[in-house]
Amino acid sequence: MNRFYVVLACLAVVLAVGTFTMLRSGGGAPAAATGAPPTVGDDGFRGYSLGSDNAPVEITEYLDFECPVCASFAIIQMPTIKEQLINTGKARWRYRDFPLPNHRYSRFAAHAAQCAGAQGKFFEMHDQLFYNHQWAQTGKDPSRLFRDLARAAGVELTAYDQCMNEGRYAQRIEFSRQEGDQVLVDGTPTFFANGKQLKFRRLPTSDDLKAVVDSIIASGPARR
Amino acid sequence: MRYRQAIALLALVGLFVALYLWLHALGFGGPIKCGTGGCDTVQTSPWAVFLGFPVAFYGVVGYLMVFVVALAALRPAALAEPKWNLMLVGLATVGVLFTAYLTSLELFVIHAICRWCVGSAVIITAIWIVSLLSLRSPAIRTDRGASPPPRDPRA
Repeated sequence: MNRFYVVLACLAVVLAVGTFTMLRSGGGAPAAATGAPPTVGDDGFRGYSLGSDNAPVEITEYLDFECPVCASFAIIQMPTIKEQLINTGKARWRYRDFPLPNHRYSRFAAHAAQCAGAQGKFFEMHDQLFYNHQWAQTGKDPSRLFRDLARAAGVELTAYDQCMNEGRYAQRIEFSRQEGDQVLVDGTPTFFANGKQLKFRRLPTSDDLKAVVDSIIASGPARR
Repeated sequence: MRYRQAIALLALVGLFVALYLWLHALGFGGPIKCGTGGCDTVQTSPWAVFLGFPVAFYGVVGYLMVFVVALAALRPAALAEPKWNLMLVGLATVGVLFTAYLTSLELFVIHAICRWCVGSAVIITAIWIVSLLSLRSPAIRTDRGASPPPRDPRA
């Protein structure tokens, strides 16, 4: 009888440790998707874009998903920009990653968006990350929240998990960041119109961007 | 007694399986460890919640009840009482029926199989079978007259 209770106690300890380990190891942002990769390669990818290929103006936005100003811009200005510039064929919008070093989960969020993008859900995930931006203020590990956001964006989670765990797009994100360095991006969001950096004294509004696009169209230069 | 011990051990394993799924449903940990199974599909389906609680919560409660009853039935005073076997059969039967309902949902409605659910189904089925076998075994007599005579040390 006593031997039975020893076996029972041992089994309980083993199961408790196993359960705790599984819960613990199951959580957390995978390092491969959170940190900078040891090497950087160019896979030819130049960012997801919105709008017509024939648009006369291409706006490139270097963004950081953890940046509150980027979130504010995405939520407040982008709907109008889509309506006035992108849907009308005046401009095409291109997103480039520029994760800032002081943002702990910025690369991880960019990676989540890229993994969603691999399933054709980049823009849905982009919106989920910005419209539910409270994760950027808590400082807590957002890996589980991002999965929920990915699910809400229509992403298939098994492939998403695999993509995140192996850090499939870490090099792509770092390449984009280095590209931003080369064109002198020093903060986010930073905008370029047909390759020329736009300087604003404050966060631009949709009217500011519309004025830029209209000006370029009026002057009639060919898009770079 | 062996049957009740086996049931206690099985219930303990089942308890931790259900506990893992329940804690996951509550938001602890990250992606569920499921291999290539459809745990996420099952866990996020509308049938993952039953009467306002995650299904795994009922597993935790059920296995805990079986475990506690099995331990209670292993007390020396309870070893000779067949009513504990009946209680274990009753609990296991409820568990098997509930599991059959959930498994049928996985197979025919959700069209995905969660390995943890299969594991739990195997455990509760084993408990049910063992509890049925225990009904056939004679109750242990603890009165002195039923004890085997002491062996002769010279033999």
